[in-house]
Amino acid sequence: MATAAVIAASEVLELTEPLPLDCGQQLEGVRIAYEAYGTLSPAKDNVVLIQHATTGDQHVASPHPKTGKPGWWDRMVGPGKPIDTDRFYVLCANVLGSCMGSTGPGSLAPDGRPYAMRFPVITIRDMVRAQVALLDTLGIERLYCVVGGSMGGMQSLSLAANWPHLPERVMVIAATATMPAQNIAFQEVGRQAITADPNWQAGDYYGTGKAPDAGLAVARMAAHITYLSEASLTEKFGRRLQDRQSKTFGFDADFQVESYLRHQGASFTNRFDANSYLYITRAMSYFDLAEEHGGLLADAFRASEARFCVISFDTDWLYPTELSRKLVHALNASGAPVSFVELSAPFGHDSFLLDVPALDRVIAGFLSR
Amino acid sequence: MTELRTDLALIAQNVAQGTRVLDVGCGDGTLLQVLRDERQCQVNGMEIDPGDVAECVGKGLSVIQGDADKDLAFYPDGAFDYAILSQTLQTTMRPDQVMEELLRIGRRAFVSFPNFAHWRVRLSLLWRGRMPVTRLLPVAWYETPNIHHLTVADFRAFVEERGIKVEQAWYLSGDRLRGTSVANFRAEHAIFLLSRS
Repeated sequence: MATAAVIAASEVLELTEPLPLDCGQQLEGVRIAYEAYGTLSPAKDNVVLIQHATTGDQHVASPHPKTGKPGWWDRMVGPGKPIDTDRFYVLCANVLGSCMGSTGPGSLAPDGRPYAMRFPVITIRDMVRAQVALLDTLGIERLYCVVGGSMGGMQSLSLAANWPHLPERVMVIAATATMPAQNIAFQEVGRQAITADPNWQAGDYYGTGKAPDAGLAVARMAAHITYLSEASLTEKFGRRLQDRQSKTFGFDADFQVESYLRHQGASFTNRFDANSYLYITRAMSYFDLAEEHGGLLADAFRASEARFCVISFDTDWLYPTELSRKLVHALNASGAPVSFVELSAPFGHDSFLLDVPALDRVIAGFLSR
Repeated sequence: MTELRTDLALIAQNVAQGTRVLDVGCGDGTLLQVLRDERQCQVNGMEIDPGDVAECVGKGLSVIQGDADKDLAFYPDGAFDYAILSQTLQTTMRPDQVMEELLRIGRRAFVSFPNFAHWRVRLSLLWRGRMPVTRLLPVAWYETPNIHHLTVADFRAFVEERGIKVEQAWYLSGDRLRGTSVANFRAEHAIFLLSRS
């Protein structure tokens, strides 16, 4: 189990055709950074497409180039692991709008300057459209499985609904088919924190030597809380003080939990672009698969031939089980074969990234046949 | 054929080839597997235990974690040719409502349950004045999941009152079939095939 996944490809592909977007515009020269693990079978029938979460990237099972940390799903992807690279050809692409090699607001526009806020507002479906263009270029016409957690799960649903001929299996973890108000609210807090930072400079901070790091860090801190559970925060930190015997009667990070969040916020700014954060969270806020299909979610899956597996976690209050149940209800109504399980795990929304053996079993089981 | 519990084997034999089936309380999916692999049915399951759901998913089955009392509302009318509820009715909060739901989503329903009027149960109550602990009801009263005990006679009265048609019935004592007339006394459990006529 300890063996690392062997990277088959770590490339940046430039699309030759312009990419049409939901907003009506199109993007020229879109670049898609992706990684692949394992070996593509001659029949090209062993492809597992992994779709990453809000601030994730293509480095699923390889060290992050900026932080040096293991890939974000290293525990799940590799030889003999639940997503077994001895059997599957595993692909993951950095989403459109991000900042890890795929085209986003920090990329250069045709005029040679960064897009910044001139970058068009994108949607989850636009992200998937870019991935489908990548698959087309690679000559892949079928996916053994598409799998995503959180925002990745929304992409998996979007792919299943809009490109129903592609996936044979769809696995949606800790996600939703329609972004609820509470989540839009948290996303707005993050965006406001960034745009309120004077260093944001209406988005034109590239090359100025100043970036809205303080705003981006606050956005990350707020979001990070939503990824955890009260129980996990209490267990990890409680009311313990940070390297001190008593409260300082000041506004230093007295509590361990404060120090932890500040560290999370600050380290995030080293690896993520503030404008990308604006665009990606906007895409999430806009996500409503039912609305895209005439208001009835079941209609989104009428053309699907895939089997679905929907997973939620009992401590996830950001994407609670109720959202998954609504999705399962719609899948049932559309006649799609669907499995659903709510797993018990202490880590809140982040459970899908952490050590939850029951999740390993469900993923391995769903992929097994 | 996979080794099946006698009541499940009886149900499997009486499900028509190639039909759509929902097994409510499907456990580890043993019956669903047999129906899929040997009778070419389109099978679906509902199970409350997440470990069992995970096992079903590993067998390639489509199983939803859910509660028969609440989650049958998930399914549209007439979604299945058969809805199966085996050894689960007596564990539900509202057996009457579960029965209505089964016959709404399934054109036919198989329902099986332990018979509380079996002579061993009667003897236990009569002679010892104690709630029975038997082979089919092995758990003491305070921890049994069986919260709505019923008898064959109760069930017959119930379906008649509700205008539910009994298409077929089987009465089992151990692995042996018993006749209809002695069923309420001699059957350890009963299996009914029902429809809304």
